[in-house]
Amino acid sequence: MRLQVDPSACDGFGFCIDLLGELLAGDEWGFPIVKQANVPPELDSYARQAVKACPRKALQLVPQRA
Amino acid sequence: MTVLDVRPSTTRLLYGLAGTGADLTTHLATHGPLPVPSRLRPQWQEAVLHEVESSGLTGRGGAGFPAYRKMRAARRSGPGAVLLVNAMEGEPASGKDEYLLTFAPHLVLDGAELVALAVGASTVVICVPAERRAQIADLKRALGQRLSLPYERPNCRVKALPGHYVSGEESALVSAVAGKESVPQFHPDKSVGLRLGRQPVLVHNAETLGHVALICRHGAHWFRQVGAPEAPGTSLVTISGAVRQPGILEVETGLPLGDMIAAARPVPDVQAVLVGGYGGTWVSARNLSVPFGPQSLKAVGASMGAGVLFVLARGSCGLFETEIIARYLAGEGAGQCGPCLFGLPAIADDLALIVRGQPQPRDLERLRTRCGLVAGRGACGHPDGAARLVNSALGVFQGDANYHMRFGPCPGCRLPATAPVPSRFTRKVEPA
Repeated sequence: MRLQVDPSACDGFGFCIDLLGELLAGDEWGFPIVKQANVPPELDSYARQAVKACPRKALQLVPQRA
Repeated sequence: MTVLDVRPSTTRLLYGLAGTGADLTTHLATHGPLPVPSRLRPQWQEAVLHEVESSGLTGRGGAGFPAYRKMRAARRSGPGAVLLVNAMEGEPASGKDEYLLTFAPHLVLDGAELVALAVGASTVVICVPAERRAQIADLKRALGQRLSLPYERPNCRVKALPGHYVSGEESALVSAVAGKESVPQFHPDKSVGLRLGRQPVLVHNAETLGHVALICRHGAHWFRQVGAPEAPGTSLVTISGAVRQPGILEVETGLPLGDMIAAARPVPDVQAVLVGGYGGTWVSARNLSVPFGPQSLKAVGASMGAGVLFVLARGSCGLFETEIIARYLAGEGAGQCGPCLFGLPAIADDLALIVRGQPQPRDLERLRTRCGLVAGRGACGHPDGAARLVNSALGVFQGDANYHMRFGPCPGCRLPATAPVPSRFTRKVEPA
């Protein structure tokens, strides 16, 4: 799976950055930067938790691009 | 705006304009009848798509996407599509679509009806900024004249929409036509077409459709006879800034930038040209021999964009002008995406410090970092455009930056800003 952030939905709560610091970083305004979009299998469950934790449903897990 | 003249060049869209909006009879006498059969046949539809594909026509709204691909996608999506004619032209330094719709409305409407019929779209919506009341009335009158045309026309209407910088972005346009807010929508998968309710949507720039009207009359071969091979034909450009005769120009693509601005009688000493639009690229006067075409402009980091050329005189401060434009762009975001909402004002503030204060090298470094931080992180390309503008300014106006770091505000900063933006953005730098 692949991570993507809907920037128009994201309000910068930052929970995802705390939960998934391996793949996400915060910018100076607290909005997530996707460091690595591809989720390795060992981080899969953490990624799902981060997605669930987003109050705006802005963090999304989508299938890999063909 | 006046029409400028440049030789050698070819007048196609602007051919035969008499200075007033042509009525349908004059239009048909000038360009000839529209080749539409009285009964639609799939072979005819396929032939139109084929002709547009062979012509190599690229979109004239800014992205330069091949026109036929959008048409093919709309045709595949089945009947009942909606064609949006994009005349929002949110670039303050652009006037070409407004000009074309004012003086050759039937050419754009020909193209719109041809595309709609060829892809099986049932509805055409001509999208115009609401403040252009006279133009909206003229367009409605033009549509009325077309009721006499001898073929089954799609349902056409004019829609007045709120005009602002990103209002012409495709997904913002679709949202506005649907009666929702005129803001871009997050649609990461560009292969999935936009929809208006259930109906598939096709969006074409007004000028692009004007070219379609001529391609269907004269053929793809005729269209390709002039222009850069990768984006053939002619293109409308708007020239403004340090020129004695700002206006609209129709040029063959591939003409050197310098020849184009020469038509607008520029000041003797040009410093740089902003190419594409406010989200475009500063090109140094040293590179004015670069041809106006996608591949040649790419070599100097620029693109044709919406055909905007803004000329800056030597003696003006490029960083000051860029700050004015960056501040304007910061205020013109849709306010949805954090990196744009916070990043663009921060970028404008960084520029203000560089222009108005006594900057340090680390201030330039922070500005570069921030430009890298906002690009690619919005629902639309607005932050990318602002970053592109500022990055190119830091390259082309490096001399100005060095002056500012050594001595503070330069003499050029005390001149009135020349970039056309609403007056609240054009505050001069006061003498210390």
